[in-house]
Parts: sequence; C-alpha cells; structure tokens
Amino acid sequence: MKILTVCGAGQGSSLILKMNVQDVIDEIGLDADVDNSNISTAKNSGADLILAGEFHEDALEGFEVPVITVSDFMDNEEIKSKIQDFLEEKGE
Amino acid sequence: MISEYLTKDNIILGAEVADWKEAIKKSGSILEANDLIEAEYIDAMIEMVKDKGAYIVITPGLALPHARPEKGAKENGLSLLTLKEPVNFGHSKNDPVKVVISFCAADDSSHTQMLSELAEFLKDKKNVNYIKEVDSKKELLAYFKSYDEGGESNEDSNSMRSRSGQ
Repeated sequence: MKILTVCGAGQGSSLILKMNVQDVIDEIGLDADVDNSNISTAKNSGADLILAGEFHEDALEGFEVPVITVSDFMDNEEIKSKIQDFLEEKGE
Repeated sequence: MISEYLTKDNIILGAEVADWKEAIKKSGSILEANDLIEAEYIDAMIEMVKDKGAYIVITPGLALPHARPEKGAKENGLSLLTLKEPVNFGHSKNDPVKVVISFCAADDSSHTQMLSELAEFLKDKKNVNYIKEVDSKKELLAYFKSYDEGGESNEDSNSMRSRSGQ
C-alpha cells in the first residue's frame, strides 16, 4: 500500500504529517510506504491513499484516490482513528 | 537536537503584532538576522499563505510558515516567535495562532532531520502548551536543553509551569 501526504509546498506540513502517519502505521502494523508531495503532483502519484489537512479538502476534490483529511497534524490519535476507519471500510 | 536549531538568537517571545502577515514578517526577520535567508524569502512565506491558504497552522495555535528553498533560503534553519496576543491566520479549526515557527530549507531533502526533530517535540502537547505560555527565554532554552538530554520521558518539573485547565 502506498500512502501520500500532501500540502501546498510539499516540504513542510506534508513532511510532518508523513512522520506522524509513519508512526501510526508502525503502531497499527500496517504495511505501507509513506511519501510526501505537493498537491499538484499528488494527482498522478499512483498512491492508494492520500492524507492532507482539512484545508486542502476542496483542492483534492475529484481525485480518484481516497482522501483522508485531518485538522491537527500533530494529533496521532486523530490520524490513527481515521486510517483505521478507512481500513475497516476497505475491509482489511 | 532542538536546542541546536532554536538558540537564544532564533527566539522572540511575547511579540506584539497586528495580524498574521506581521507575525510572519517578524518571524522571518529572525531567520534573516541569522543570515539563513535572503529578505525575499519572507515575502515568499506570506505569498504562500495568500496563495495556498492557512494550512500552515498545523496544530491548534501553531503556524509553520515556510517557502520553497529557491525563494532565497541559504541554509536549513528555524525561528520561534510567540505572540502576546494571538492572531488569526484564517484556519477554520486551528486559529488563533500564538506560536509561529518559521523554517527555511536549503534544498528539498536536507531539512528532513530538522523537521523530524521538531515534529517529535511538537507531538507532545505538553511541549506546545509550554511554549505558548513561557515568557522567559532563559527558561525556554533550559527547557529545550533538558528535553534534548532527557528525551521523550522528560518531565521537567522544575521549569514547567502549572497547566491547570489545559
């Protein structure tokens, strides 16, 4: 599974989100690669899941890849529960 | 080490600013004073918010302004600015902002270690809350040092102020 974290520039917020997503998937034992990028390159990244700030919800609309948005990038509990919800829905 | 990136020269506490733009300017001026950026980088940080929005408010009360390396970043670096009165950046949930941590990156990858250490530090809400409240730079520098020495389990009971109501 390939997870992509995105933000406007692709080097600040998305990097921090990537680190926290990595912590979360390590914790729940999900086998996934996490990478970060900016929004414009995210569209054709081939990712299975995109995580971004709620702020980017509109910009990510219309993406074929499932998108999870979080409001607090530093809140691993929020990230964890949203990823778990996603996995449950996906049936894994 | 947080204390390596945030030194007495990179920190301003309790600044008074009129709005988010002034907050970024002030925060960016610390980077400039430390010769980490060209002046144009500050405008680029402001443009970034105008252009892409206030997503840089990554957690309640804390903004992380930055611009692309090619906008005048000379080296990797951080600055910390806290505001006497918080200002809104335009984020629906994480406003108002009390803490502004600007960073500059010399390229796309070498700042990873710096941000990783910053993220580790900010992940503990106790640390974020401490920065929001601290008004003594000396105390804050001691807090960073003690965090670096003690790692995550650092309790820091001596300089930690009361967090009642948090």
